[in-house]
Amino acid sequence: MSMDITVNINGKEITVKRGTTILEAARNVNIHIPTLCYHDDLCISGICRICLVEVDGERTLQAACSIPITRPVTIKTHTERVRKARRNVLELMLANHYGECYTCFRNQNCELQKLAKEYGVDALKFEHVTEPRYEQDKTSAAVVRDKNKCILCRRCIRTCQDFQGVGALDATHRGYDTQIQAFYDQPMADAVCINCGQCITRCPVGALREKDFSDSVWQAIDDPSKIVVIQTAPAPRAAIGEEFGLPPGTSVTKKLNTALKMIGFDYVFDTNFTADLTIMEEGTELLGRLKDLLVDRKEAVLPMVTSCSPGWIKFCEHFYPKLLPNLSTCKSPQQMFGAILKTYFAQKAGINPANMVVVSLMPCVAKKFETDRPEMTSSGFKDVDFALTTREVAQMIKEAGIQLTQLEDSPFDDPLGLGSGAGLIFGATGGVMEAAIRTAYEIVTGEEAPFENLRVTPVRGMEGIKEAEIFIPKALEEWSFLEGKTLRVAVAHGTANARKLMDIVTQGIAQWHFIEVMACPGGCLGGGGQPIPTSEEIRKLRAKAIYGEDEQLTLRKSHKNPQVLKLYEEFLGTPNSHKSHELLHTTYTPRGVF
Amino acid sequence: MKLESRNNQIAQEVIEIVEKYNFQREKLLQILEELNDSYGYLSEFVMKEVAKNLQLTTTEVYSVATFYSFLNTRPKGKYIIRLCKTISCVLAGKNAVANALRNELGIDFGETTSDGKFSLEFTNCIGMCNQGPAMLINNDVYYHLDPEKAVEIVEKYQ
Repeated sequence: MSMDITVNINGKEITVKRGTTILEAARNVNIHIPTLCYHDDLCISGICRICLVEVDGERTLQAACSIPITRPVTIKTHTERVRKARRNVLELMLANHYGECYTCFRNQNCELQKLAKEYGVDALKFEHVTEPRYEQDKTSAAVVRDKNKCILCRRCIRTCQDFQGVGALDATHRGYDTQIQAFYDQPMADAVCINCGQCITRCPVGALREKDFSDSVWQAIDDPSKIVVIQTAPAPRAAIGEEFGLPPGTSVTKKLNTALKMIGFDYVFDTNFTADLTIMEEGTELLGRLKDLLVDRKEAVLPMVTSCSPGWIKFCEHFYPKLLPNLSTCKSPQQMFGAILKTYFAQKAGINPANMVVVSLMPCVAKKFETDRPEMTSSGFKDVDFALTTREVAQMIKEAGIQLTQLEDSPFDDPLGLGSGAGLIFGATGGVMEAAIRTAYEIVTGEEAPFENLRVTPVRGMEGIKEAEIFIPKALEEWSFLEGKTLRVAVAHGTANARKLMDIVTQGIAQWHFIEVMACPGGCLGGGGQPIPTSEEIRKLRAKAIYGEDEQLTLRKSHKNPQVLKLYEEFLGTPNSHKSHELLHTTYTPRGVF
Repeated sequence: MKLESRNNQIAQEVIEIVEKYNFQREKLLQILEELNDSYGYLSEFVMKEVAKNLQLTTTEVYSVATFYSFLNTRPKGKYIIRLCKTISCVLAGKNAVANALRNELGIDFGETTSDGKFSLEFTNCIGMCNQGPAMLINNDVYYHLDPEKAVEIVEKYQ
């Protein structure tokens, strides 16, 4: 049986491999077939019926996304029958779609709206719901659901179950009563949801969104008695340009600083600073655990797992509560920043921390939940008041009438605006590991990590799980117990991949010493708070922007960050000191699933 | 019986049924049917126990349980009256029967009487199209109904 089949699409002959879907074949020759339930990241579902095409020899129209080509066929993608059917499908969806476009956060970025325009829907033949059927679910600290807008495409379900391995949502009931629900119709706050927000970035309409705090932030900015400080994470810089028409992978770090200043933030700081601080704390913690094991022959919980990703933390609390001791006790860079701002910086700048409002710009939805954790108040106040997503900040910039792309560059503010390239690459999967290797290797051996131009390539890239071995040929005296040893590390992004690693750790057969986990695919740059849409290609471009920016910096190692060293000298003492533990470390809550 | 020991007992009963089906996920429907028969409905606790034992997510179990009309995820009356709502029964006079049942029981479809005795529901076709209107009370079939006959039948269950 030949593997190659010649098909004819709209008069174009094309040879494809047996089993190629009609959609893929059409894309190869630049023929556009509309899709809704289909998503590049997800498995095929074939339920929305918008991609119907005419296939000769088939009585009915076929869903292009899910029909594999197994014989030489003639396919037509825009006959009258097809056009009518697609318009019908859209009109039926719109009949149940409650919500006005101009009050929807997806206005102008909605796949249903776009298709309705493209396919000439000019009247609602099947009428239209005029009253909401469901109440909005605003119970969660991070994710807001509006089932009235849901078109039941099940992208969120596939994202949650297959892509993230969580399974917070599923379709319940049947027919007209079908809803996307958590177990036993629980509100989102009670669901086994890790707040990663991946469902939001894949929802074609406005049925899922983040809890919006931009109005609260505006209020703080407008209040003259408040000092409003913003810290910006690395990933949004490589993506926020997309909201302003720039191609994915355009870094706008310094223009963003200008925009945030113009909005009215009193200080604009760089979360890379506390990313560097994280490396100091986490690196010391790891070396401490290794010392416990190798020198003091004590029980040490290994492998140690990173704790920067709040989605991952909640995943671990739910699904692997027994592995919580493996997590680094370090807070995430966002929370470290809050704690440092309301203590060290407040003292230094003579600001009453009670009047300080700490805002963070994050690529992340789970960060909102993290700010609300009761243990995140070590400064005596809520360490971070509001976590905003890239999308919310883009909205604020637009609301202020600022043309981001036209702005001058401006630097971060002193003293907490200095971050290294190592802190910057926290935004990509493998970045924390790379930053840790750059620092740990040098601290242990006194020499730079043996990678060309400090590119730790084994931990870069988009494979779900990456592994690397770092041999330590000779060590400084203090670390002599590591001489001749090999440090084994692993990196996972997307919690479905993390699950694979954690299953191995649970079995007790893991050989790794250190594991980096990011809840979102691609790491933070593919976060749930990033501009919509997302795809593997977009994530790769964002990663390229981040790594590119790192190479332009002269400061590329966390332990060389002079501001971090100054912070230790003036305030914290040494990494993992008593004070560090008070401010920069945290505890976790076993939650379970059932 | 204390709640905890009652729950332990239910958990044990769930394990027994799941074990009977060799912990096979594809037997989920049969397992839910048996549990639905034993307890009258699938409680939150029962579904969690099923999910745990089959290594499914709780939402998957809930999704299946709510898909099927004959599986209950909320407590129901002792007798569940299911009146066929499909076209042939409608043409044969289902609406009049429905009204008679509403009046007799004082509840609407989708509700349960306050004494917990009757639940009133519509069902899709039960295959009695030539003898409609038809209804089920638990597993018993009644057909050729008219308002009086339907009320008489329900009275027998009172």
